Amino acid sequence: MVAVVDESQDVIDSLPEWLLEKTGVDSAMYISDLELEWQVGKNESEQARFRFKYMNEDEAAMALKRGKISLWLTGNPKVGIRYHFDPDNTVSILTFLHLERAFSLQNSSEPQSEIRTITMKGSRYIDFLIPGLMAMSIMNACLWGIGWNLIDLRIKKLLRRMVATPLRKSIFLLSHGVNRMILSAFELTLLYSFAYYYFGIMIQGSLWALLLIFLSGYIAFAGIAVLISCRAQNTQSGNGLINLVSLPMFVLSGVFFSYQNFPDWITPYVEVLPLTMLANGLREVITESVVLYDVIIPSISLVGIGSICFALGLKFFYWH
Amino acid sequence: MTIEIRNVCKSFKDVNAVQNVSLLVESGESIALLGPNGAGKTTLVEMIEGVQFPDSGEIRILDRSWEKDENYLRKQIGLALQETRFQERLTVEETLDLFASFYSLEKKRIKEVLEIIQLESKRTTWVLNLSGGQRQRLAMGVAILPLPQILILDEPTTGLDPNARRDLWKILESLKAKGATLILTTHYMEEAQYLCERILMMDQGKILAEGSFSDLLNKFGEGDLIDFEIDGVFPTEKAKNLSGVLSCRWDKNKGEGRLTVKNISETLPLFLKLVENSSIYITSLESRKRTLDDLFLAMSGRHLDD
Repeated sequence: MVAVVDESQDVIDSLPEWLLEKTGVDSAMYISDLELEWQVGKNESEQARFRFKYMNEDEAAMALKRGKISLWLTGNPKVGIRYHFDPDNTVSILTFLHLERAFSLQNSSEPQSEIRTITMKGSRYIDFLIPGLMAMSIMNACLWGIGWNLIDLRIKKLLRRMVATPLRKSIFLLSHGVNRMILSAFELTLLYSFAYYYFGIMIQGSLWALLLIFLSGYIAFAGIAVLISCRAQNTQSGNGLINLVSLPMFVLSGVFFSYQNFPDWITPYVEVLPLTMLANGLREVITESVVLYDVIIPSISLVGIGSICFALGLKFFYWH
Repeated sequence: MTIEIRNVCKSFKDVNAVQNVSLLVESGESIALLGPNGAGKTTLVEMIEGVQFPDSGEIRILDRSWEKDENYLRKQIGLALQETRFQERLTVEETLDLFASFYSLEKKRIKEVLEIIQLESKRTTWVLNLSGGQRQRLAMGVAILPLPQILILDEPTTGLDPNARRDLWKILESLKAKGATLILTTHYMEEAQYLCERILMMDQGKILAEGSFSDLLNKFGEGDLIDFEIDGVFPTEKAKNLSGVLSCRWDKNKGEGRLTVKNISETLPLFLKLVENSSIYITSLESRKRTLDDLFLAMSGRHLDD
């Protein structure tokens, strides 16, 4: 997705003329008055698909933070098109290269295009990446730290030995959860400290919102970890199950690059994945000025997922 | 009655792990469940320790049931499993301390247990650095921490060398002397014979035979055994007439045979003389007392360590 930004601050009600001329009537498809899809290239290897959306600069900056667009355009072919993006973001660079080539094929006599590097804190690629890494860290802490640990205890017969004591099963599982949560909080603090001192990333939103989304994400993945580990009897199946759950989220949930670049039909499914909800929530709290209220819905969803998985895991848990 | 098991059945998918087993264990009694892998010993023991529940039948421990009195019963049963691998980066004392916290025990009990299991010198050693025998002694220490009325030991000496096994037996003997009820599963017949007054032989989920070591041997056959392999034709009829011979079996195809005799020391010299006079050569000779493995083989067609 590419944003086309009008710098005049006027009321926008249609896409600019120059874009319609560039894309051509035959190869472009209107999605709405302000949104257009354009496919270029005849050979399969040269094909590229762009979606343009007209918005003002504030909207474009927010969309870039959330990974909804790869870059935004200002200017026009007469004065030169300006591409605004973070050069550290490989997806943005790729979009720029494809788009510039597609535009230049239409008319080679136009003025040179210009790259405007985005260095504003909150809009850089690193601002997108760090919250994603934090979300992934929480997922791994739970799946490996709780799930794998429970499987390991079962293999060692220590699980059977533990539950043969008066220790309550719920306390036993809770102790694993609390233990990993403390370690995970420590890991995240280290990661954030690095991001703060090295990249100057600051938490823009409310700390309470951050705490809520962290706890909700943690509950979600702790529940999933208990469900994954409820029956596995050996390292092979345990390893396989954890990878089966974590790898699709690792690829799809927008940790390293935005999931908006995937086909449209997959986006609704990706958005309900717990890692997507957690990464988006953390991203909003860190790069935008969101408050507690703004993260309540994703938090409820995450706690719901965690509770259902935990209840199912406990029901089918194999203690010996 | 300390343990009452009545008509208990337990199956997993298409495997009948325990089939209609009944067993009564009195206070202070030591019983051994003897059988090969897959005999159903561990499943039966897991039902006694309340980790699994029977499909049918009833189990009562100290006149209480697991459904109603789980918390009480957990404090009355000590458990040591085969090769329990405790957290490797905890010390011996920390491991005991962890388990003591589950029973709300005082620190002095940990010292007592360290003394009983003879690991005082290893109290600050990581579990990682303990030998197999020391780890099993630690498992035993964890089992006896809460001063349990019933001690369940699931193959506690499997994989240990003879010295480590003897060390563990000594600890168990001292616990027996203090009146603990002991349930032991094993496939070592000498362990069952040494530690337990009553032996139950299990196979395919059923109890095949039950009684003291001597009762079992007497019930299912008497006499010592002389096993031999011979190069030549063995004079079977002459051997049967030797003094003290109860029976004689000779397989001419394999060239091997067995004499069952009342007394080895009486019959062995006569057997050797017969061989010498018959101009045949012994290639292998073994004379021994009859064991539970012979008995088990006769009953089930399998060896105890299969």
